[in-house]
Amino acid sequence: MGLLEVDRLSVGIGRLTLLEEIAFEVDRGEILGLVGESGSGKSLTALAIAGLLPLIGARVTAGAIRFDNTDLTRLDESRLRKFRGRRIAFITQNPMTALDPLQPIGEQVDVVARLHLGLTADVARSRTIEILTQLRIPEAATIYRQYPHQLSGGMKQRVVIAMALAGEPDLIVADEPTTALDVTVQAQIIHLLTSLVRERGLALVLITHDMGVVAQCCDRVAVLYAGRLAEQQGVNALFATPAHPYTHALIDCIPKDGMARDSLTGIAGSVPSVAHFPPGCRFHPRCIGRQSVCETNVPGATALPGGVVSCHFPLNGDQRHG
Amino acid sequence: MADATNLLVIDRLTKRFDSGAGLFAPRRSMTAVRDVSLAVSRGSVVGVVGESGCGKSTLARLVLRLLEPTQGTVHFDGIDLGKLAPRDLRKARRRMQMVFQDPYSSLDPRFTIEQVVGEPFTVQGEVLAPGRIAELLDQVGLAGEIARSYPHQLSGGQRQRVGVARALALRPDLLVLDEPTASLDVSIQAQIIKLLQDLKRDLGLTYLFISHDLGLVRYFCDRIIVMYLGAVVEELPSPSTEPRHPYTRALLDSTFSPDPGKRRHLASLTGEIPSAFNLPKGCAFAARCSRASSRCLSERPSLTMHASGHRAACFHPIADDEKEPS
Repeated sequence: MGLLEVDRLSVGIGRLTLLEEIAFEVDRGEILGLVGESGSGKSLTALAIAGLLPLIGARVTAGAIRFDNTDLTRLDESRLRKFRGRRIAFITQNPMTALDPLQPIGEQVDVVARLHLGLTADVARSRTIEILTQLRIPEAATIYRQYPHQLSGGMKQRVVIAMALAGEPDLIVADEPTTALDVTVQAQIIHLLTSLVRERGLALVLITHDMGVVAQCCDRVAVLYAGRLAEQQGVNALFATPAHPYTHALIDCIPKDGMARDSLTGIAGSVPSVAHFPPGCRFHPRCIGRQSVCETNVPGATALPGGVVSCHFPLNGDQRHG
Repeated sequence: MADATNLLVIDRLTKRFDSGAGLFAPRRSMTAVRDVSLAVSRGSVVGVVGESGCGKSTLARLVLRLLEPTQGTVHFDGIDLGKLAPRDLRKARRRMQMVFQDPYSSLDPRFTIEQVVGEPFTVQGEVLAPGRIAELLDQVGLAGEIARSYPHQLSGGQRQRVGVARALALRPDLLVLDEPTASLDVSIQAQIIKLLQDLKRDLGLTYLFISHDLGLVRYFCDRIIVMYLGAVVEELPSPSTEPRHPYTRALLDSTFSPDPGKRRHLASLTGEIPSAFNLPKGCAFAARCSRASSRCLSERPSLTMHASGHRAACFHPIADDEKEPS
């Protein structure tokens, strides 16, 4: 049983269903990659875990989000606060907007520990400097007093990670934590997150659209498409034998060493918006293997050895390079 | 005089920006592009790769003369663009067009797509042939009905196709592509790259392709220029050439291979790019480089030839038989 279990979660806004029966789990010491294109429902899933759906006027319509055997969807705001920021921490995409420009960064990290762990200002301060040092921020005591605009993008993202760690969480949900960063810095941050998981036994849900990032650090992968789960597998199986044509296509979007010119074709079309979800399998208009049943019938979940796929005609290993 | 092989020749191009002295701030200057030379042969794709602040976008703007260089020349099809009168420059510009990074801000929100794609004709005082807009939209894989839409009604990928259609409107020879896929999903990025490859083949275009993604550049380009803090650090004659410069090696190690069986030690490079306002005296990369010696701190390496077309600016280049550092 995982630390976090998202169990047939559906999310709606008014009469529209944004997410439908999303299911995955992640355990301590494990990284789950949540992938898909923009509009597939990745960030919405993160909002649901955070209990922040009311901010956008959405709500959980079915299913459960169980964290350490507590269903977060049934908690009221005051009880939810004992989890959010404390046992479950969040890292957002853009470190430039996650920090208050008018407050020294050290104090922004302090406040998390003071609020959630009840530390005094002095203790919180020395702890913050300790965390900043562990995150390989040079001269942490000086950086502590600086304002966000004085730091580079990579440093700011480290500070956001420090804020996440300050509450001593068991689970971190990171929503595209490196997209705003340079490539060499991106590699450093991914490396840092990975070592936190391995060394401290944290659980990490890593949201990304980049299959390269997934291949390099995740243990399990859940692929979302237009608000539904397309496939879930262990990372090696997913890349070796993707079962959903969408997964296969996403992997093929990344240029590989020695790849012939013209072999990169992308996925035709784009993710439909929620008001225009097609009937049947939502991926069928973009799928090269579609048949008439795909246009009318929603595919059910089929078990794979160590995973699950929702497709009428899942790929087997032989078709992978076809 | 026209050059038979090269469509674009950039010679020792330098661009310095001076920040105005404020009430309390002293006047400062930074060199965004320093002494950059490169040639783009007809029908080829040359990639310029580097991280933020390396000067690649400034270089793109210098090529099209959207910025005046401090020093150096740009020859397009044998014509020195610096010597052209404004009228002649406008004529030359129709043969060289740019596709911008952000398809959200590079399209006027109050223009219909028809107006966006038709604008180059107005600028050049040219008659817009009936059916040309539809033809251009078709060329970039868009349905004709889109002509009457506004940018906000389109997806990011569709918008970038419009950006390409606008660039193609006057039948240019050279496209300068400044991170044309950086703000798109990987699935859409691959679509746009495929489109650019098809257009190049069908229309005989030449590309200068600017990107931060070495993996993508190695897939798409014939030759690669690697820039760091305003200067060229390495020139690779082919996408498969093994890098000699430690920075190129680090960029390569930072690309995420979509193969969980080949997990790399990712963080091969520590630190971040220093400010261009206080460039170190020696090699700009020395502070982050594991191979740096005292010479690298005091002396700036110049580009040296290692093999035909392969140049690197490094005192301690990676040798052929050397394994990548683990």
